[in-house]
Amino acid sequence: MPPTTKGDTARRLLALFRPQRAALIGAVVLALLSTAASLLGPYLLGLATDLIAAGMVGRTLDPGASKQDVLARLREQGDGTLANVFSTMDLVPGEGVDFTKLGFVILASLAVFVIGGLCLWLQGRVVALAVQKALFELRDRVDRKLARLPLGYYDRTPPGEVLSRVTSDVDNLQQTLQLTVGQTLNMIFAIVSALIVMLVLSPTLALLVLITVPMAGALWFLIGKRAGLRFAAQWAANGAITSRVEEVYSAHHLVRGFRREQRVQARFDAENEALADTERQAQALTGLIEPSTRFITDFSYVLVAVFGAARVAAGSMSIGEVLAFTQYAGQFTRPMVVLAGVAGQMQSGLASAERVFELLDAEEQNPDPATPIRPEVVRGRIDFDRVAFRYVPDVPLIRQLSLSVAPGSMVAIVGPTGAGKTTLGNLLMRFYEVDEGRILLDGADIAAMSRDELRSQIRLVPQEPWLFAGTVAENIAYGCPGASREEVVAAARATGVDRFVRALPEGYDTVLDDDRTTLSAGERQLITLARAFLGQSAVLILDEATSSVDTRTEAYVQEAMSTLRAGRTSFVIAHRLSTVRSADIILVLDRGDIVEWGTHDQLLAYGGLYTELYAGSLAPADS
Amino acid sequence: MIYRRNMGSTRPVLTGFLRAYLRPYRSRIALIAGLQLVQTVCILLLPTLNALVIDNGVVEGSMGWIVGVGVAMGAVTLVQVTVAISAERKGAAVSAALGRDLRSAVFRRVLSLSAREVDHFGTPSLITRTVNDVKHAQTLTLTLFDTALATAILSIGGVVLAVTQDFWLGLLLVAMFLTVCGCIGFMIATMAPLFERLQTGIDLISRILREQIIGVRVVRAFVQQRREHERFDAANRFIFQPSLRVGRLMTTFAAMVTLVTNIFMTALVWFGGRRIDDGSLQLGTLSALIGYLTLIVLAMVMILVVVTGLSRALASVRRITEVLDSEPSVDEPAVPVQSRTEGGFIEVREVDFGHPGSEAPVLHRVDLVVRRGETVALVGGTGSGKSTLLNLVLRRYDVTGGAIRIDGVDVRDLSADRLTTLVGVVPQTTRLFSGTVRENLHFGDPGADDTRLWWALRVAQAESFVAELPDGLDTPLAQGGRSLSGGQRQRLAIARTLLRRPRVLLLDDCFSALDGGTESRLRAALRHELSGTTVLLTSQRAGAVRDADRIVVLDAGRLAGDGRHADLIRDCRVYREIVQSQPLGTETPGREAVDAAHD
Repeated sequence: MPPTTKGDTARRLLALFRPQRAALIGAVVLALLSTAASLLGPYLLGLATDLIAAGMVGRTLDPGASKQDVLARLREQGDGTLANVFSTMDLVPGEGVDFTKLGFVILASLAVFVIGGLCLWLQGRVVALAVQKALFELRDRVDRKLARLPLGYYDRTPPGEVLSRVTSDVDNLQQTLQLTVGQTLNMIFAIVSALIVMLVLSPTLALLVLITVPMAGALWFLIGKRAGLRFAAQWAANGAITSRVEEVYSAHHLVRGFRREQRVQARFDAENEALADTERQAQALTGLIEPSTRFITDFSYVLVAVFGAARVAAGSMSIGEVLAFTQYAGQFTRPMVVLAGVAGQMQSGLASAERVFELLDAEEQNPDPATPIRPEVVRGRIDFDRVAFRYVPDVPLIRQLSLSVAPGSMVAIVGPTGAGKTTLGNLLMRFYEVDEGRILLDGADIAAMSRDELRSQIRLVPQEPWLFAGTVAENIAYGCPGASREEVVAAARATGVDRFVRALPEGYDTVLDDDRTTLSAGERQLITLARAFLGQSAVLILDEATSSVDTRTEAYVQEAMSTLRAGRTSFVIAHRLSTVRSADIILVLDRGDIVEWGTHDQLLAYGGLYTELYAGSLAPADS
Repeated sequence: MIYRRNMGSTRPVLTGFLRAYLRPYRSRIALIAGLQLVQTVCILLLPTLNALVIDNGVVEGSMGWIVGVGVAMGAVTLVQVTVAISAERKGAAVSAALGRDLRSAVFRRVLSLSAREVDHFGTPSLITRTVNDVKHAQTLTLTLFDTALATAILSIGGVVLAVTQDFWLGLLLVAMFLTVCGCIGFMIATMAPLFERLQTGIDLISRILREQIIGVRVVRAFVQQRREHERFDAANRFIFQPSLRVGRLMTTFAAMVTLVTNIFMTALVWFGGRRIDDGSLQLGTLSALIGYLTLIVLAMVMILVVVTGLSRALASVRRITEVLDSEPSVDEPAVPVQSRTEGGFIEVREVDFGHPGSEAPVLHRVDLVVRRGETVALVGGTGSGKSTLLNLVLRRYDVTGGAIRIDGVDVRDLSADRLTTLVGVVPQTTRLFSGTVRENLHFGDPGADDTRLWWALRVAQAESFVAELPDGLDTPLAQGGRSLSGGQRQRLAIARTLLRRPRVLLLDDCFSALDGGTESRLRAALRHELSGTTVLLTSQRAGAVRDADRIVVLDAGRLAGDGRHADLIRDCRVYREIVQSQPLGTETPGREAVDAAHD
């Protein structure tokens, strides 16, 4: 897997918003408008303050004198500072606050605030929609990805790990984007525009505020880098704990039955403690960002207050201007504090995003050929041509297997456990790809067919029955969603499902899922068998399909199966040798090699491994 | 359904919940609150000091004042940052600890529940609740510590200071504060149900995904990827709407608060102007008031984060509490009874059992006695109640009528520890854990040394393949032992149970993936090594059944026969059918007996 960097992750995250480009441009415009409003507002309020200040001073002065007279008199009295202060004011001696003017300014600022608020609101709505669409798209992509991952991925990765990436991590990403996308935009605009206004008002004071930027930048860089690593550790620990929880809850009955709660709890607690550790560390680190940013900005506030006061004292700025400047300085630094808070969440979000992208980047199964071939007529002829396969690179399982199966025949595969019986099915279904050699379906190399085309020719009853959350009827009709109730019931009858389904509280509409304990293992197997009964296929693979079913039911099912098998090639993997006696050919597998083959009688006559297995399955244990 | 419940009871749930789980951290939380108070006072001091600069420094024209107060302001800033960082660190520690405690508590509770409650919630939902919901509750406490506390102190402090500076204008800030509080209340009430739906949606998504992951072979074999994706798509759409509404509500809230504060800011300048005009207010005071208002506005923006967290956490806390409050339907006896003997003598007396809501009973008046050391095979069609009977002995469920006694003591009067020491089970579905072979075996008996482990493996016919694994006992098994074949997993599961050396061994059709030779060797070994152990087994295999000392036949939940093979062949129609259905049986004495019976 190529190493990814934070920058890459962030870029890919942004790429998710590409389809929403138009909306985001709208959001930017609205953000600009609301920023303009948030700048104009304080400016107007600054004007208002100046009006008030002028009125306050003017009221105390001699009504007859002009402004010039008043200043001259003050200078004569040696009160130069105060004269400087008054000189910046638009005052008329003897006059109080001009409420008409003030009222006008106030109304104007109100209007600006309302418009600004409206823009902010609209912008937020646009951003919310864009964020949700992007996340929808991300979830969608992850689920599509799951369909393209090779089966080996699932055999290697705990389900909880995949689950946590799609739930916890995407959820965290959602929170992050929701909080940050809108805010970041506004904050950056606010910072930039406040900076421009400050530069216009007083370049010297503006410089005092500006020194905060490199300081904050350095701080964020230093903390952010470390926090990123900590968050990556935290979300990895979160994945680990999800896997643990998934594993234990799935084996709940075992833990209870063995009274191993304490042991399981102890292991959980150790991992839980590790997770808490990473959480604490990540949080403590990001917790630094906001206060220290606030420190930097507060420090600049102090500088502005002091130097601003000095400038007013020197007569080069009005009080209103200093107050307005303080406001703008606030508009410059406050967003920095908020951004600092957002930065922490962003680190966490990026760590999650990276985990999601890692899943999206996982190696996929080979894509189907661009122009897949398909056998002209599917009759069910199967050829294994010098097939070699291994799950683990150093441990060859199947070395060189060749085999031809005529259409409509029944092939039984027997052998000691671990001989690779299920593997043959895995290869035929292309759950795994052969390492060498090829497998042909009616003369067509299955590797050159599309997987879906191949699989729709084959019906598989896997070793472990799997039911999904849905009714009995839906579970039976899984392969043929369009099947009518009559067809479902017919399949159920043929497989002995009908009997026990009728006893269920809601018959075929009883809701099942993979974890519930309403059905026994045998009943679940029968349902998966009924599933295979629906629909047409040329090939049938029964992998221990009736191992948990009682023999009486099995015999009944066998009969139905022989109808099902008629005209179809079937592979039957079984331990119960009674099941395979009628096979056209029995393959005896041992360690990935076919060691014997023939009919039941031939094999018994041969007196090899099959005879041994057969004797074992028959003989009373003590003989 | 478990999701529908009135929202009225939410608030007390949250406070009670927080009180219970934050109690251990009381003193640390008090410290955090103290630190936050100090840091907020510092923040509030800045505008006050700034007012001093303007009123005494600028207006009076004194540079000394300006510089002196400036230095004081610098010092305040320094104190503030130190205190704030320390508060953050402590907050992070407490919230991480709380998350850990909660996860542990939920996990512990789930482990204590019986099968029925686990079925009720569903495994995927329990997983979400343990990991995802706890995370939200934890995030809430974190925001409570670092944002909410500071925000509350900041806004209340700001209002109080404003009132002391100028009573009437201060009242304006009070009004603003109350208005924003009203908005917050409205927000929480609107958002909480949305988050409830959102979490339900996450449950749904994680259930579908879990099914797709576990059932990947079937999904692909039946070429149902498109349909599965549609199912996922529906769930994805299901959470799209509430997510979008939450995002929009947050926006509305932000805009509302900004507008409200700005309007009040304008009002403040207007009324402040009037009061300055009549000489009852200083200009510096007005600037301080504006400063406070700005602080409160900042606080309100932060409240947005808190409010969202709070609504979300409310939904999560309720889901967590639901788990924590559920009681196992199979509970420990108040006064456990000790059996006097340790024989492994099982009596099943007139046992009835039915699943709630289902009319047809699974077991009906079943009577059965298994003597010490006896091996009894339960035989019957699929769904005849064999596994259920074993589950009742194990108390995975409780009987709905009658009683099951071991050595004369009702299983409901035995402590769970006692019962599981007495009874060992190898369940129908094999589950191994991630970890090494050794760790998996230690699940049965953590204290077993290698000699014992190899003994158990030998009996379970797993010795040779374990010995051939690259690292023997220390070979790690991939998730659920998927690298092994079904039969290998089954044998490991048997070895795991054997290590417990139970008085009663329940074998629930656990030979199904074994080839005949392995199975018969295994049965021989069991017989040899476990003489004196009472064995109750279900099996589909003729050999396993015929080998038993006695055979008990169940038919649709009723006892249909009890005796030895030959007797049952003669007297029990159901058994005869079962035996005849086994083609292999035709070459065994069984068939002759059948023929004889027909003669």
